[in-house]
Amino acid sequence: MTTKNITIKIKRQDAPDSKPYWQEFNVPFKDHSNIISCLQDIQRSPETSNGVSINPVVWECNCLEEVCGACTMVINGRVRQACTALVDKLSHPITLEPMSKFPVVRDLHVDRSRMFENLKKVKAWINIDGTHDIGEGPVLPENERAKRYVLSECMTCGCCLEACPQFSKDNNFLGAATFSQVRLFNAHPTGKYNQEERLEAVMGEGGIADCGNAQVCVEVCPKHIPLTESIAEIGGQTTLQIIKNLLFK
Amino acid sequence: MEKRPNSFVVIGGGLAGLACTMKLCEAKAKVTLVSYQAVKRSHSVCAQGGINAAINSKGEGDSPEIHFYDTVKGGDFLANQPLVRDMCYQAPAIIHLMDRLGVAFNRSPEGHLEFRRFGGTLYSRTAFAGATTGQQLLYALDEQVRRYEHDGQVTKLEWHEYLEAVIDHDGVCKGAVLHDLRTGEIFTVGGDAVVLATGGPSQVYGRSTGSTVCTGAAATSAYLQGAKYGNPEFIQIHPTAIPGHDKLRLMSESARGEGGRIWVPKKPGDSRPPREVPENERYYFLEENYPLFGNLVPRDVASREIYDVVFNKKMGIVGEPMVYLDLTHHPKEYLDNRLGGIIDIYEKFTGDDPRNVPMKIFPAVHYSMGGLWTDFKDDGHGLIDHQSPRNQMTSIPGLYAAGEADFQYHGANRLGANSLLSCIYTGLMMGPGLIQYAKNQKKVFENVEPQVFEKAAHKWKDRFSKIKSMQGSENPYDLHRELGDTMMENVLIVRDNTKLNKALSMIDDIETRSHDIRCLDTTHWANPTPSFINQLNCMIHLSRIIAMGALMRNEFRGAHYKPEFDLKQPSDFDPHEYVDYMEQKNYGEVPEESFPDGHLAYMKRFEANNERWLKTTIAHYDEGKPNISYEPVDTSIVPPRPRKYD
Ligand SMILES: Cc1cc2nc3c(=O)[nH]c(=O)nc-3n(C[C@H](O)[C@H](O)[C@H](O)COP(=O)(O)OP(=O)(O)OC[C@H]3O[C@@H](n4cnc5c(N)ncnc54)[C@H](O)[C@@H]3O)c2cc1C
Ligand code: SF4
Ligand code: SF4
Ligand code: FES
Repeated sequence: MTTKNITIKIKRQDAPDSKPYWQEFNVPFKDHSNIISCLQDIQRSPETSNGVSINPVVWECNCLEEVCGACTMVINGRVRQACTALVDKLSHPITLEPMSKFPVVRDLHVDRSRMFENLKKVKAWINIDGTHDIGEGPVLPENERAKRYVLSECMTCGCCLEACPQFSKDNNFLGAATFSQVRLFNAHPTGKYNQEERLEAVMGEGGIADCGNAQVCVEVCPKHIPLTESIAEIGGQTTLQIIKNLLFK
Repeated sequence: MEKRPNSFVVIGGGLAGLACTMKLCEAKAKVTLVSYQAVKRSHSVCAQGGINAAINSKGEGDSPEIHFYDTVKGGDFLANQPLVRDMCYQAPAIIHLMDRLGVAFNRSPEGHLEFRRFGGTLYSRTAFAGATTGQQLLYALDEQVRRYEHDGQVTKLEWHEYLEAVIDHDGVCKGAVLHDLRTGEIFTVGGDAVVLATGGPSQVYGRSTGSTVCTGAAATSAYLQGAKYGNPEFIQIHPTAIPGHDKLRLMSESARGEGGRIWVPKKPGDSRPPREVPENERYYFLEENYPLFGNLVPRDVASREIYDVVFNKKMGIVGEPMVYLDLTHHPKEYLDNRLGGIIDIYEKFTGDDPRNVPMKIFPAVHYSMGGLWTDFKDDGHGLIDHQSPRNQMTSIPGLYAAGEADFQYHGANRLGANSLLSCIYTGLMMGPGLIQYAKNQKKVFENVEPQVFEKAAHKWKDRFSKIKSMQGSENPYDLHRELGDTMMENVLIVRDNTKLNKALSMIDDIETRSHDIRCLDTTHWANPTPSFINQLNCMIHLSRIIAMGALMRNEFRGAHYKPEFDLKQPSDFDPHEYVDYMEQKNYGEVPEESFPDGHLAYMKRFEANNERWLKTTIAHYDEGKPNISYEPVDTSIVPPRPRKYD
């Protein structure tokens, strides 16, 4: 098999508070190589294109099927998953950078715990009575199930937050993914019971009112989650909640 | 005075670990939940097909009892029956619970759960949530656990690695040695019991359908500490996966069902693009060798034939281990209509459009029926006593295992859509027993001599500093690939004793060379290399017992295909004959003429083979060596009978 080499430039950072620097690598190109297989090649011969040996690059991955959301990074300036980034579909040389809106742990690996904390803030779960057998769940029409299903595919990858002009390292904007989860749980027959609590959470600082409707979130979502629809829906729900609060509290 | 809360350490945040955590929290216990990565990214997220429960919502007459029978038969009777039966009886409640947790299961016109048929059963028994059932189930459990985390009952240690169990002077597990994958710190946590819900070991084969973290290292570490490992040799292979340099991705069998043709160029090493290979220079090996079934031969036959063409005949595409699965003879509209979803997956990961070019596929390691040996206590009526602390306990007291990491439930072969069920089932079922165990232990972990914990932590600090100082010549990632290739070539579908012996000596060689590794990265912060070197060591030990188990088991059962020991089932044999035969035997002599020619002789062979091999393989690490022994299987409910392979 003939192998050609491709060039990959990687933005590296040794620790959260150290300075980033760039390194360039030559890796063999094989049919259907993706970015993960290139990074694995670098692990097998960790040296730069000038032949300097280096520490292997650190990144996060797991499923390699675009369902776990782990391998998100900025590839040629665009945020996406590395496991579905095919080398022959990218322009060259390829650049890899960590997401910019989350603290870097090391190299391409960032800390997205803020997203999980947000899920706690909006109580993104269903309060069940217990795990014992109390029979069937609520009866639900298929079309409503289908609407929830689309939202439930969110893999907390962070693409929508990376792209959002409103979301930054030093504010506490909740972001599109979180709003969409509020919609998901408010749409469940049992989840509805805690709708008010969730809406209170998105009415505060960093909440839905801070969204500038730039709509870039929806363009980058790899799962095609209708984020702007979710934002509009939650916007509507909060408005109603505000009115209710004014009238009854 | 406030009562001492029970506290547990659960390792692994897949379906099994999360289900167990939820159940323990409900019983007011405190849980430290440990995982390599954010639990929401655990491998369980990959499952697509669905989860089984015999709810009989379509009035087809399905029942937990039939589900139980299908499961033990599918597993060639190598599973302990009370556990399987209990799982099948709990399954409807499990699905209803998951539904209540908000899983977006597909619905029937009336708004109830929808079920579909799945691999081999005659009943609509598989609940599903679109094409991402595993993801949906995992998220629902993750959400419940987050709720308990919010309430302060769960402490999540993500980006932490389990290294070993802390075992006190009485031989009882009282905690775990953990490795903070960011700071590199090694420390211990105490608990009333430790649960290993650490998933499968498919990375032993290098590339597989499993996730990158499925190394089996945690279970192997327990084995190296003396825990028994059950049925290591039983590895399930899926016949059609998309080969990738990083992973082999599952490709649904519906591609063959819709007329996909499997072929390779007749000339080995032919490097022409497939469409330039003229028809008469193509080898449609399934169609030639099986004129009747052609490309629709059963799963195991397809896997074996592909393997034969690639490894024995060396006819893989351009010398690589793959063959073509060709759909290009169908019109585009037809393909979009019937196979749209899977065509998109192929396109996404290869960039090639199967409407225009044949797909390249190869069988892939998919699931491990083997795992840590675990105990159970039946209730005397063919189900499980849910209060028993013995349930899911490994042979090390206080150390438990659940999910794909344990060996129960699937026997010699896993029934499709049963694994998700077994993971959630074990997680939930073991809860009450764990609480009983915690209440009745002789000595709580707070009273264990501190030296026990210090010694355990010290051992691992020492081991990691030794790893970091390794300056040899081998690259650990290369060596891993070599181990995987060795296993793929010699311990996969078709098992031949000469090759298994060869694999064992190659594993020895890889082990020797693993002492000459260079630790590529010796820094302290967020450095994955030393961990990987340690995991590689575990994978080497595990590959050895997989190969040894396979070598020693001289029979052909389930996923373990050893042609040399084929019992040669007559083609017109009906498994019911065996039931008659057993009945007649119970009454005395069996008259020779009561069965068709050759059938009685076959049944006698079957009986004798079961006498010898209907046993659990137990691998036990003792004095630095693996030992293989066998243990009886509980077949008290359904007597074993031949399985018909068609
Ligand atoms: C592609 C694919 C499709 C599948 N489809 C189906 C299907 O349709 N139906 C079905 O029933 N089954 C299916 N299966 C099988 C099923 O997905 C798995 O058997 C099941 O998800 C395993 O769950 P688990 O909880 O045991 O482990 P996992 O989900 O693998 O979780 C293991 C956890 O342990 C952690 N861990 C591991 N080691 C350590 C360590 N040393 N330290 C700390 N943490 C550790 C991991 O981080 C993870 O959180 C499929 C499998 C594959 C590969
Ligand atoms: S609409 Fe714009 S501001 Fe609002 S979440 Fe999306 S990207 Fe951010
Ligand atoms: S909404 Fe889409 S982009 Fe945002 S985290 Fe979820 S999957 Fe990723
Ligand atoms: S590795 Fe899971 S999304 Fe890429």
